[in-house]
Amino acid sequence: MISGRYNYFEHQADMGIEGRGSTLKEAFSQAARALFNLMLEIDRVRPLEEISIHCRAHDQSELLVEWLNGLLAQADLEEMALGRFQVDRLESDELEGRAWGEPFDARRHHPKTEVKAATYAMLFVGQEDGEQVARCVVDL
Amino acid sequence: MDLNLLQKQQDYQWIIPQAGEMKVPGQIFASRELVEEMDHKVYEQVSNVACLPGIQRYSIAMPDAHWGYGFPIGGVAAFDPQEGGVVSVGGVGFDVNCGVRTLKTGLVWEDVKPHLRSLIDTLFAIVPAGMGSRGEISLSGSQVEDVLCKGSRWIVSRGYGIKEDLELTEDGGMVPGADPSAVSDLALKRERRQVGTLGSGNHYLEIQRVAEVYDDQVAGAFGLALDDVVVTIHCGSRALGHQVGTDYLKLLAEASRIYGIPIRERELVCAPIDSSEGRRYFGAVICAINYAFANRQVITHLVRQGFDQVLPRADLHLLYDVGHNTCKVEHHHIDGRTRELYVHRKGATRAFGPSRENLPDVYRGVGQPVIVGGTMGTCSYILVGTDYGEQVAYASVCHGAGRRMSRKKAKKTWRGERLARELENKGIYIRGHSLAGLAEEAPGAYKDVSAVIEAIHQARLAAKVVRLEPKGCIKG
Repeated sequence: MISGRYNYFEHQADMGIEGRGSTLKEAFSQAARALFNLMLEIDRVRPLEEISIHCRAHDQSELLVEWLNGLLAQADLEEMALGRFQVDRLESDELEGRAWGEPFDARRHHPKTEVKAATYAMLFVGQEDGEQVARCVVDL
Repeated sequence: MDLNLLQKQQDYQWIIPQAGEMKVPGQIFASRELVEEMDHKVYEQVSNVACLPGIQRYSIAMPDAHWGYGFPIGGVAAFDPQEGGVVSVGGVGFDVNCGVRTLKTGLVWEDVKPHLRSLIDTLFAIVPAGMGSRGEISLSGSQVEDVLCKGSRWIVSRGYGIKEDLELTEDGGMVPGADPSAVSDLALKRERRQVGTLGSGNHYLEIQRVAEVYDDQVAGAFGLALDDVVVTIHCGSRALGHQVGTDYLKLLAEASRIYGIPIRERELVCAPIDSSEGRRYFGAVICAINYAFANRQVITHLVRQGFDQVLPRADLHLLYDVGHNTCKVEHHHIDGRTRELYVHRKGATRAFGPSRENLPDVYRGVGQPVIVGGTMGTCSYILVGTDYGEQVAYASVCHGAGRRMSRKKAKKTWRGERLARELENKGIYIRGHSLAGLAEEAPGAYKDVSAVIEAIHQARLAAKVVRLEPKGCIKG
């Protein structure tokens, strides 16, 4: 069971997402939940199939954007709904993670809003109020 | 926005004085009230864009400007490659060539009214929309390349349209210079079966009625009269466009570091136009621009099929097709010289004036039709480009009303089902794929489009021609 939590924050045109946890890996995992919960009901997604994400970037904040956009792209390509997320390895410039879900089914997963991409707007990865935080704005 | 930060240049024209690292001043076209309503981030973002290398004259904002990604939504900036000018992801965005296309039907409202529900229901069934939707057209690898290079032109050559459609699309539905090798495999794979799909979010297909005519002469030149029924399609380059934006956000972040370009906001990542990274990005953007044209062309074909089923008397002809998230190479006269500039329009629409050479024959001497859509349930406008707009704003106008309320707040304030019923009580029939999506797009969540259009008109960037009221709407 993953610990930590996710939030949304106001952004005029679109939406801010935020993952929080005791580790950055948790925060990244929670941010992914926040992202996908914008698009569908993540609690209605069964973790039947696994996909993996491996990305590199200049720093950890860019890695957050790569992680989230990588998940969006894979889910789109495989026509999957994703509901569970886990970052297994997080270095300063490299991330390995996995996600679980099942084939997308509108009647089951209750689609909400399409997300075009995670962006660099309001991008922050690091410690805040004693927690590890991963946050950015997504373009809807 | 605090008006004390600005200098009034003239009515509807405000200057952000050049200061600090700004290379040019900022310029906002808006009424006093609209400027006051703008959030402070617009001031910051207009100023940040003004710091980019090679920017010419002014960093411009439209009357509907609001907080965006690097550029404000409603932002316009032109760059000269010979002065180290840049191409920036912030100036194009993640939905490249999101735009609007309006079709005339040859029918008036009395003809369509009895069939409206049937028409909307038929189009709802025929035009794929909503999250995860796929279309009927499956392109092979080389065909995808054809679409990226030739846009609408290729689509029409396959029988999904008529030649006239191309003449009446910006750039003839095909911008030259596409570089498919600059589009990632991932973007190409994500394209699968999306050409001819509406997408979701604020994308829509509307059946509208000409409710008011402001300029009889130009309306006549456009083939529009009071009570005419038109169809407007609003959508973009789908997942391919999103992936191009995403891919180059990372690549140009690296390029900005390599070329030492000071970026005031991360979304402004860019590269010199005259660099391999800049050329590749621009080549990829053109691919996505052409893809969006192709998308709207296929949807046009589907709309014609829908009308054939319900109202075979209809004869659908294009008025025009314009994009509002693009970067294009254009000739503009500055300081007595003609210069070739890269013009970014982020949430802004090109509006060529009557003197432009590259207008369709039927619009030469009149000006380009400009389509500005309000959100569902509110009106839209057709305007015409002016020579004054060419001089002061690189022939640019706004793209819509601009949001004034976050989606979170909108969803708390309105419920999708209630909204649909309220709009139906006003005589507007809506079919949507997502109820939450409906609430986010509620009229109250947007600025007053009429006030924005009035500002455009008073600022002489374009002139009002007709106002359209929605009668039926399909939302993704």
